[in-house]
Amino acid sequence: MTSLALDETGDAPPRSRPSAWNRLSRNALATFGLVLVVAIAAIAAAAPLLPLADPNATDVANRLQPVFSDGHWLGTDQLGRDILSRLIWGTRVSLAVGIAATLVATAIGALIGLVAAYYGRWTDTLLMRGIDMLMAFPYLLLALAIVAVLGPGLLNAMVAIALVNIPFFARAVRGATVSLVTREYVDAARLCGMSNPRIIAREIFPNVLPVIVITMSTTLGWMILETAGLSFLGLGAQPPQADLGSMLGDGRKLIVTAPHVATIPGLVILLLVIGTNLLGDGLRDVLDPRLKSGALARPMAVTAVDASAGRPAAGAPNAAEAPLLSVQGLETHFVMGRAVFRAVNGVSFDVAAGEAVGIVGESGSGKSVTALSLLGLVPTPPGRIVGGDIRFRGESLIGAPLSRLQDIRGNRIAYIFQDPLTTLNPLLTVGEQVTEAVRRHQNLDSGRARQWTLELFERVQIPRAKERLASYPHELSGGQRQRVGIAMALANDPDLIIADEPTTALDVTTQAQVLKLLDELRRERGAALIFITHDFGVVSELCDRILVMYAGRVVEEGPVEAVFADPRHPYTRRLMACVPILGEPERSIDAIPGLPPAVNRLPPGCAFAPRCPLVLDACRHGEIPLDRLGDGRAARCIRAQESDQESSDA
Amino acid sequence: MMGYIVRRLLLTVPVLLGISVIVFLVISLIPGDPATAILGAYATPENVARINAELGLDKPLPVQFLTWLGGVLEGDLGRSYSLNRPVAAEVIDRLVPTLILAGAALTLCTLFGVLGGVVAAVKQYGWQDKLVTLLVLIGISTPSFFLGIVLILWFSVRLEWFPTGGMYALFGDGGLLDLLHHLALPALTLAVVATGVVARLTRANMLEVLRQDYVRTARAKGLREGRVIYKHALKNALVNIIPIIGIQTGFVLSGAVYIESVFQWPGIGRMLVTAISTRDILLVQGGVLVVAACYVLINLLADVLQAALDPRVKV
Amino acid sequence: MPDVVVETRDLCRSFGGGRRLLGGLKPLVRAVDGVSLRVERGRTLGIVGESGCGKSTLARMLVGLLEPSAGTIILDGKPVDERKRENRLDFHRKVQLVFQDPLSSLNPRKTVRQILEAPLQVLLGMSRAERAARVTELMRLVSLRPEFVDRYPHEFSGGQCQRIGIARALAAEPALIVLDEPVSALDVSIQAQVLRLLKDLQQRLGLTYVFISHDLAVVENICDRIAVMYFGKVVEEGSKADIFRRPAHDYTKLLLASVPVPGRRHSQR
Repeated sequence: MTSLALDETGDAPPRSRPSAWNRLSRNALATFGLVLVVAIAAIAAAAPLLPLADPNATDVANRLQPVFSDGHWLGTDQLGRDILSRLIWGTRVSLAVGIAATLVATAIGALIGLVAAYYGRWTDTLLMRGIDMLMAFPYLLLALAIVAVLGPGLLNAMVAIALVNIPFFARAVRGATVSLVTREYVDAARLCGMSNPRIIAREIFPNVLPVIVITMSTTLGWMILETAGLSFLGLGAQPPQADLGSMLGDGRKLIVTAPHVATIPGLVILLLVIGTNLLGDGLRDVLDPRLKSGALARPMAVTAVDASAGRPAAGAPNAAEAPLLSVQGLETHFVMGRAVFRAVNGVSFDVAAGEAVGIVGESGSGKSVTALSLLGLVPTPPGRIVGGDIRFRGESLIGAPLSRLQDIRGNRIAYIFQDPLTTLNPLLTVGEQVTEAVRRHQNLDSGRARQWTLELFERVQIPRAKERLASYPHELSGGQRQRVGIAMALANDPDLIIADEPTTALDVTTQAQVLKLLDELRRERGAALIFITHDFGVVSELCDRILVMYAGRVVEEGPVEAVFADPRHPYTRRLMACVPILGEPERSIDAIPGLPPAVNRLPPGCAFAPRCPLVLDACRHGEIPLDRLGDGRAARCIRAQESDQESSDA
Repeated sequence: MMGYIVRRLLLTVPVLLGISVIVFLVISLIPGDPATAILGAYATPENVARINAELGLDKPLPVQFLTWLGGVLEGDLGRSYSLNRPVAAEVIDRLVPTLILAGAALTLCTLFGVLGGVVAAVKQYGWQDKLVTLLVLIGISTPSFFLGIVLILWFSVRLEWFPTGGMYALFGDGGLLDLLHHLALPALTLAVVATGVVARLTRANMLEVLRQDYVRTARAKGLREGRVIYKHALKNALVNIIPIIGIQTGFVLSGAVYIESVFQWPGIGRMLVTAISTRDILLVQGGVLVVAACYVLINLLADVLQAALDPRVKV
Repeated sequence: MPDVVVETRDLCRSFGGGRRLLGGLKPLVRAVDGVSLRVERGRTLGIVGESGCGKSTLARMLVGLLEPSAGTIILDGKPVDERKRENRLDFHRKVQLVFQDPLSSLNPRKTVRQILEAPLQVLLGMSRAERAARVTELMRLVSLRPEFVDRYPHEFSGGQCQRIGIARALAAEPALIVLDEPVSALDVSIQAQVLRLLKDLQQRLGLTYVFISHDLAVVENICDRIAVMYFGKVVEEGSKADIFRRPAHDYTKLLLASVPVPGRRHSQR
């Protein structure tokens, strides 16, 4: 129990995310929108306190005064009423009606959406079919029909606009709720004995609230526009009361003689709506978790490379004697705001022709980023290669022109990715997708390329290969899809295959078949393999050499058998002790206390030191070098050569 | 594919029925009766009773609905009292100009919306992206009725490039060129908002698609960027954009009400506004019903198009 | 006479069936097809199988999240009738579930205290003071610092979240805890921590587990008896030694042969 009690000495991550308010105020456009809306709203709200002329006092003698005339800053309208005064009072009306309509539509729509999504089945069908019926109308026509029934008037216009917008809210909220209802915490709440209304109110509603706020804020401008529109048509505010829309409507007859009567209220509507839209967009950016993490940035065709990287090291070996692939001091960072995540932090290794190298590590160890860095496939933003060199047959790939990388990608170096459902294009047949890879790098006409694809499909043992060429990815099973992935990788007889957890998404029996196939085909063609996995068992099955990664660095490397028999780095040893091994049920599994460090806050010295049972003072300072142990083995540990590690560990 | 289309067509029948129920109910639930509305202040009880009997309003609601629906199916939408002609004839006359206007606007918004969205996504954070984002913001924030007035003021009154309104010149030959000349400003105005929405959603969809694993796979095969973007990404984005354009039809048909008023376009929107102010309920009913039916059919078309592009949609 | 906590008799659950609106029958899927199992007090029954074999559906029925299409669940000698709310509450007091995905099983907008108090309040009707004391006790039990109790789930790591999930399941002191792939979302070093915690809790509190997993090595490590599921049916059931040393069913043999073992190479060059 002692080790468990010490387990969680590492604190939970500190609260580092800036507050919603801070993030909103950092967004210049949103701030501008907020200021605009608040200013307009404040002036409108203060209308009774301001020294304004009576908005409805007519003075025909002074009609159609231009802007900046005496006593009427914005002139007068066709009845001699003060435009400034009418404008402020009208804004007040427009804002009030827009906000009221938004609130009504939100409340009813959100309730419908929540109930429909939570109860599902016939409740959902009934409610949402009804909503669909309302959505089958171009919304303004429905509003017109409602106004036709209720009669023109501001209140009626408000009701009509609110009603026709209910479907938007109901849909948005239902969509958000449906994805939440299947979350496990809702099941957990049921298991805690909570009643359905309580689950909706306490568990689901707080999580849907951001969606409701987003929809509200993005719709408010729209609602203001729509009520103004109805008034413009003469169906909203009735004289003598005026809102911005009816002022614009009245003014349009005078557009030639006195354009300011119409354009001024029009501009105010424009400003008000721009303000609310900017504010709404800003709020959405702040509240939407996907946008929050900067997830909507588009990855570039190649990872950005800093000028410091890719300088040829002195005395670089010439192509003839160079290993197939040589990685030297590779550093790939993710830059998010001010935080720098050192995902790959000085990784060096070689791969000889025909050799199979396994890279093992837990999530966040940098193993996948290392693999993707080799051909510049790490998404930028946020990824950058900031240091080191990658040489393929002696040729530096870092900083190589994109067209050169594209000639190598899929041709001399091919990838196999983890989840074949998301890594194949859903709209193209699998045959097309493999043929495309063939034709990109081989000068074949389409018939011969298809023939070659068929041969590849047969070679990866896809049953009824000829029919399968015309299948779409979703029509294949997971195992078959990954066979397509292998066929694609083999398409141009590559010298090196990089497989990134290719069997993690598969069942264990399918995994065994796919691994066997990959191993056979690779050997047959003499291709080298880099195999990324978290599974020690899979590495022993396939690989000659193993690299163990921790916190962005290689901590141990060597021949597979030797490393398994006698791991020299404490992390390797502890990690292997964590894994239950089939057929050894009595083996007590031993946990590693604590958590891996966050790669944006790496401790000085050895990154494993805080969790290491053998830690010395020297481990916590400076750079821990990779200790070459002979026989191709190495460990990044100052105690790697001690022979009595086992005993002191116990 | 044929089977899918037939199935979708069959599924629109209940939708159309639902629409007719809603239209009928909205109109029937008028507080106060239409007879008084028609007769106005001069209604005597006898006249009201006579009109009610004439319109069949003394019967129970379901009977009224069936009678009305039977009429609709035979193309009889009743008689407009304010125009003193059959509603169906008036609606058909007015529908054509509206469809011309909406079709032109929809074409413009699809063209410029998709183009702008793709350019903005591909050049994310570049000046092209910023320009598109700015135009989108202005587009979706501008009241179309205001924009219409400004355009008339500028291009018709000041520059005299375009007529201020109407569909054909009063003494013109009514040819295609004349029509296009009159169509340019209203179609442009109507397209602005929808273009903004389409561009914004296209951009978001393209960015989403470009982040997908299969785009990385395409790059890992060594494909050139042009092929990655236009063959792999755009096709996937289009699948999501097509239904959005279908929904934009609703916005365009709605916006047409304003634009027709501003530009005196003889379409169904202007007819509706006039009908409401004269309280010609049957005309409103017929107009709304027909436009809604058109909208449903356009969305059906969008769905079929999407199914043709996406093998995952069950055909 | 062994002390049986829970027993299932011919438990079935099918999905789909019936007609579509326009033509065609919906396919009927028998996710769980006649499963009879018994779990003894203080022991662990492992259920293994590949995706789609029905093991998660079985778990959801065992805890009362899904009603069986046929068959009965017998809890402490009495058949469960889930139709009345009072009965359901009683069921939830006796059987609890630990979920696969630690993060998605915790409501992101609730503090750990709120999460742990919910079962105490609704199932046990505890007062505020009792709840506060019990929450502290639960945090200690799963080796989390009690002072973190007012933090939100996203402030914890995956392994810590899974501990909170275990604490929640323990809260009402249930007779049986069903664990549905409790460690498959975790890295191996964290997985080992959670497995040790589970073993330790079982010893100290005399808990009974149904442990569902696709990972044979994990199941072998933690379970006493094992049931192998294949397409909704239990194809083989027996003690750990029997299943792993002397598998009888072909599917079990295939499954065992497919697992890659560290330090061993199956396919010889």
